[in-house]
Amino acid sequence: MTDVAAVETIDLGRRYHTKWGLRDCSLSVPEGSITGLVGPNGAGKSTLLRLAAGLSRPTKGTVSIFGQIVRPNSTEHLRRLGYFDQLRPLYPGLRVDETLRLGEKLNQQWDNGAALELLNELEVPLTERVSRLSLGQQALVALSLCIGKRPDLLLLDEPVASLDPLARRQLLETLLATVAERGTTVFLSSHIISELEPVCDHLIILSSSAVRISGSTEELLADHRILVGPRGTPLRGVEVISVRDAERQSTLLVRGRPPDLDPAWRILQPDLDEVVLAYLSDRIAGDRSETSDSPASTRRSPS
Amino acid sequence: MSGEPTLQFRLDRKSGVPAYRQVVDQVRQALRLGILRPGDQLPTVRDVVKQIAINPNTVHRAYRDLEAQGLTEGRPGSGTYIRRSLSKVPQEQPQLQRQLERWMRAARAAGLGDEAIAALVAEAAETSKKEEL
Repeated sequence: MTDVAAVETIDLGRRYHTKWGLRDCSLSVPEGSITGLVGPNGAGKSTLLRLAAGLSRPTKGTVSIFGQIVRPNSTEHLRRLGYFDQLRPLYPGLRVDETLRLGEKLNQQWDNGAALELLNELEVPLTERVSRLSLGQQALVALSLCIGKRPDLLLLDEPVASLDPLARRQLLETLLATVAERGTTVFLSSHIISELEPVCDHLIILSSSAVRISGSTEELLADHRILVGPRGTPLRGVEVISVRDAERQSTLLVRGRPPDLDPAWRILQPDLDEVVLAYLSDRIAGDRSETSDSPASTRRSPS
Repeated sequence: MSGEPTLQFRLDRKSGVPAYRQVVDQVRQALRLGILRPGDQLPTVRDVVKQIAINPNTVHRAYRDLEAQGLTEGRPGSGTYIRRSLSKVPQEQPQLQRQLERWMRAARAAGLGDEAIAALVAEAAETSKKEEL
């Protein structure tokens, strides 16, 4: 990996009329990584990916691909990236093999074998018209176009959304095998987090048009803990991300090293799903972490 | 490279064990069971991600770990090969395994749960070690 990020945004924002689709977004996707972009519908995932692909003009800030600022209508960066859209803009009247031929004619470099591998593996009929394929199969045709380009960066907007579980698995396997050979950077959005966990080495969580947290999945897991203990006990030294209260017990997801806790508390290791859901849930425990005279933290010796 | 990969990996997504550890453990287990022997080639990274849909960097990391343990060696442009074996599996093993399974069934029939069984196994392992000394 080099110092140049595959995707880097600085203070990036995009406004649609009066509403921000994405705002104050500064993040970087390391080269060679497989970075997941998660968040609820309307969080700004597609907006971010479209901006990175140069299909949409930033209202504010910049986005760069491999160190070069993306300018809408410039074709320079397009050679290096493959962009997969949820709307799958294909020619419905063309057959699958004709669609691939179009890909071959329209791109300077084209690997028909790589494109065919995905389609053959998932048994997409090559002589069928695109309009007669299922939505899932159309998604595969669109993805095979991206892969045939042999790009350095794949931007994939919900690539598995319309697929059944088996096809989803097969698509991920074939996609990963393809990128494993070339070290392709993949930046993909999804709301199926459990499936992304073993796939992504980096994760960016978006909600309400803003980045909540980003980092390597390993760091995210190492930085968070679940604390289960008596309800209403204030805590110090950690940032509380989410709280779920039962009658006498609270379950907190916190960021940071928990202080020496009262033995009444149990400390558990969350999985990625739980970390993501904590960030996406609205029930944030505002000032709970600020309270000072906490019984839980009195055991902590000042140092 | 031709033929089937020498090993089929599995990924337990619910175990909480990191994926790279699962890959390392499965190679070590295959060495112990004699499924992999010195000179054998490990599945390529491409084969592994195709088998279990995990991040290629995770497989690289697991393979680096195995190399650091002295179990494998990477040959540039060719792949990763087994250097030495973890042969601690004598012929008695299948029989020992059957005995253990029989014991497990008996323990379950007696109403023991997983936790109680694990505790008994751990204690027996400790006791037998002491006897050896």
